[in-house]
Amino acid sequence: MTSAGKSVLTIDGLQVLLDTLRAGGHRVLGPTIHDQAIVYDDIASVADLPRGWTDEQDGGRYRLKRRGDGALFGFAVGPQSWKTFLHPPMQLLWRATRGVGSVCVVPEPATAERFAFIGVRACELQAIALQDMVFLGGRHQDPHYRARRDSAFLVAVNCAVAGGTCFCASMNAGPEAVSGFDLVLTELADAPEHVFVIEAGSDAGRSVLAGLPVRLASDADVGRAGAVIARTAASMGRSMRADDLRELLPRNHAHPRWEEVADRCLTCGNCTMVCPTCFCTSVEDSSDLTGAETARTRRWDSCFTMDFSHLHGGSVRASALSRYRQWITHKFSTWHDQFGASGCVGCGRCITWCPVGIDITEEVSAIRSSDLR
Amino acid sequence: MENLEQIIRKHPFFADMPAAVMCVVAECARNVRFEARQCLCHEGHAADQFFLLRHGRVALEVSAPGRGTITFKTLREGDLVGVSWLVPPYRWSHDARALALVGAVAIDAACLRGKCEADHDLGYDMMKRFMPALIAQLQSAQMQLLDVYGAYA
Amino acid sequence: MVPQVAHVRRRWRDGPAVWTLDVEALPPAPRFAPGQFNMLTAFGVGEVPISVSGDPAHRRGMTHTIRAVGPVTRALVGMRAGDALGLRGPFGTGWPMDEAAGRDVVVMAGGVGLAPLRPALYRLLAERERYGRIVLLYGTRSPADILFREELAAWRRRFDIEIEITVDHAGQEWHGHVGVVTTLLAHATFDAAHSIALVCGPEVMMRFSIVALRDAGVRDSAIYLSMERNMKCAVGLCGHCQFGALFVCSDGPVFRYDLVQDRLALREL
Repeated sequence: MTSAGKSVLTIDGLQVLLDTLRAGGHRVLGPTIHDQAIVYDDIASVADLPRGWTDEQDGGRYRLKRRGDGALFGFAVGPQSWKTFLHPPMQLLWRATRGVGSVCVVPEPATAERFAFIGVRACELQAIALQDMVFLGGRHQDPHYRARRDSAFLVAVNCAVAGGTCFCASMNAGPEAVSGFDLVLTELADAPEHVFVIEAGSDAGRSVLAGLPVRLASDADVGRAGAVIARTAASMGRSMRADDLRELLPRNHAHPRWEEVADRCLTCGNCTMVCPTCFCTSVEDSSDLTGAETARTRRWDSCFTMDFSHLHGGSVRASALSRYRQWITHKFSTWHDQFGASGCVGCGRCITWCPVGIDITEEVSAIRSSDLR
Repeated sequence: MENLEQIIRKHPFFADMPAAVMCVVAECARNVRFEARQCLCHEGHAADQFFLLRHGRVALEVSAPGRGTITFKTLREGDLVGVSWLVPPYRWSHDARALALVGAVAIDAACLRGKCEADHDLGYDMMKRFMPALIAQLQSAQMQLLDVYGAYA
Repeated sequence: MVPQVAHVRRRWRDGPAVWTLDVEALPPAPRFAPGQFNMLTAFGVGEVPISVSGDPAHRRGMTHTIRAVGPVTRALVGMRAGDALGLRGPFGTGWPMDEAAGRDVVVMAGGVGLAPLRPALYRLLAERERYGRIVLLYGTRSPADILFREELAAWRRRFDIEIEITVDHAGQEWHGHVGVVTTLLAHATFDAAHSIALVCGPEVMMRFSIVALRDAGVRDSAIYLSMERNMKCAVGLCGHCQFGALFVCSDGPVFRYDLVQDRLALREL
C-alpha cells in the first residue's frame, strides 16, 4: 500500500466532513445506537456515532459491548443495511383518481432527497453494486432506485473488527473497500493519535476531500492502516468455500440436509429483511372508502412467505423446506445465472439475526460434504 | 368379402401376430356390429367377451342417482373395450354404448382364457399385447382423476 | 411500472366463471405477439397477469379471457363497457410463429389454456399457406367448460385445420370424446419429426401432454409450453415468478421445452 493519494483526517476533520456534506444538501446518515443495536440514522455530529462500542455476534446472537478505546467505527454490521434507504421498505408508486367516466393515474415522482452514507463497509459496497445490477442493469430500470443511487455520496470505512459471523473474505467482498465509494476511511484508533487515513474514490469524493483539513499520509500512517485491514482479514468469524456453489446447490435439490434445516427454520423471513442484497418486493393496492382515490405501494417481500409463490389453489413452494432451499439456492447459485455474480457478500447478518441461528456457511458445508453428485 | 382372419389381422392389436397363433385366436373370434345407442355390455353382467373396435365410437358409462349417466371414457377404432374378462369374477364394471354404428371383433373370453391355459407361450403373447393397452388406460384414468381443469386449474 | 388507463369496450361470457374483456387504451398500447400477457389493474383492488386471447391482427383493442378466481379477477369480470381499468404491457415471450413456418403445428390446449393459444391459432389461420398441417387438440373438464364454442365450430367447418375436443367426463348429451387430451394424439394426422408443438394448460396437463408428444416422435426442441407463476411486477424485479434461474415474466411465459426440461419435473422448485 503506497501513500500516494492518501491523507490523514482527525476527528475534528471528520466533523468538518459531516458539516460539508450537510451543507451540500445531503441527508447525512450513519451508525447510531438505538434499541441496543447499531442502526443507521440521521447524524449531525461525530458525537452521534457509537464511540467506544463494539458488537458480539454469533448464530442468533447480537450484543453490544463496551470497548477499551474510543473507536468510532469499532463494530461490524447491524441488522440493517443501506438498502433501507436505497430500496426502501415502502415506496408509493402511483396514485389514481376516479373522475367522470375515467381514471387519472399520477406516478409518484422519484425522490429529490440526496443521501450521504457514513461508514459503508466493503461488504455493503459490494451489496450496493449487486443491487445496482438488479435495479439498473436490466431491461427495466427502477426510477426510484436510480434517483436515490445517483445522488448518494458514499463514505466507506475499512473494517477494523471482523464480526463473529463475518465471512466477506470468503466471498471476495472485503474486508478492504476497493471501489464503489466516494471517500474511504481507515480508522486508526490507537496511539499515538486517533486519526483516519482517508482516500478519494471518485471525482465527487476528490472535490469534497479538497475542502477538508487533511495532511498527507506518511508511510507510517499507511502502514498502520494496512495492519488494521490485515488483522481484520485474518479474524473473520466464519469462512466458506464459494467457488462451486453455482452447480453444487441445484445438483443437490433432493439432498436430505434440506429436511434437517427445514425442521429448524421458522420461515420468519428475518434473513431476507436483514440481507443487503435481497430485493424481492410485492405491491399493495389501496383505496379510500368511496373508491375514488386509489394507490399502489411497493413493499419488501420475502420468498419465505406462504403467499410468495401463490397461484390460485395453492403455493408452488408450500413447504418450509422448499422455501428455505429457494432462498439459499437463489442467493448462491441462480444469482449467477441472472446477474453474473453471487448474491452473497458474506456480511453474516442472516446468521446473526436468525432466531434459531441457522448458519448458511454450515448448511453449504454439510451439503458439500455429502454431495449427491 | 373378407374372412375373419383378414379382418382380425388388420386390427392394430394383432399386428405382427404369427399365422399359427392367429388361427388359434380366430377360433374364439367373431365379427360383430352395433347400431347407434346399442349397448355392448352392462355393468354387473358376466364379462364373457371383449371387443376390439374396428370402426365407430363407444362410450363407457356409469349411472349414478342424482347425477344421471356419466360418460367417463370414449373409445374408438383400434381400442380395446373390456378388461374385466381377464380376472375373476369376470364381471363388467361399466356399461358400454355405441355412439354411432360400431364394427368390432368380439372375442369369447372363456375360449381365449382356455387356450392360454393350454398353451403358455400363447398366453404370454396375449398378455404382452394386452399390457400396453391396459397400462395406457390406467395412466389416462389416473390423469382424469387428477381433475386438472377443476377449481384450481 | 405505472399502468395506463384503458377502458372496457365490450365484455361477454365465454364459459362458466370465464369472461372475455375487450379493452382499449388511448394512446393504444403496443401491439402484442401471440403468447404475451398484460398486467390488468382493477383500481383499488389489485393487478393480475392475463394473457391476451384475441386476434393479433386487430387494430383496435386487446381481448383478455379471464377466469374469476380471486378478488382482482372477480372485479375485472364484473366490469361493464366504459369502465376504466389499468393496463401495463404487453410482456413476456410469445409463441414461436416464425419457427413454425413450413412445419406441421400441433396445438394442445387444456382448460383455460386455450385462451393464450388462441392468438397463435388466429395467426396460423390468417397466414395459412405459411404452415403445414394444423392440428388443435383441446381437453377440458366437461362440455359446459368448452371455451370459444362458436369459434371452434366455425374453424371446424374449414377444411384446413384438424380439431378434436375431449372432456374428462360428460353426460349423455355429449357425443364427442371423453378421456384425457393425450388420447387424441394417436389419431391426429401430422408429421411428428417435423412438427412444432404448442402446449398450454394446467402444469400437470402440460407435463403429460409433453410425454405423449415425445412418445409420438416430436423433438424436445420443437415443443413449446406456456408457464404460469405468481407475478407482481412483470419486469423481472420483484422476484415472485422465479422458476429456477428463469423469470417467467421475462424469460417466459413461453419456453422451449428442452431448455426447461430438467426443472419441470422438480417438485416445489
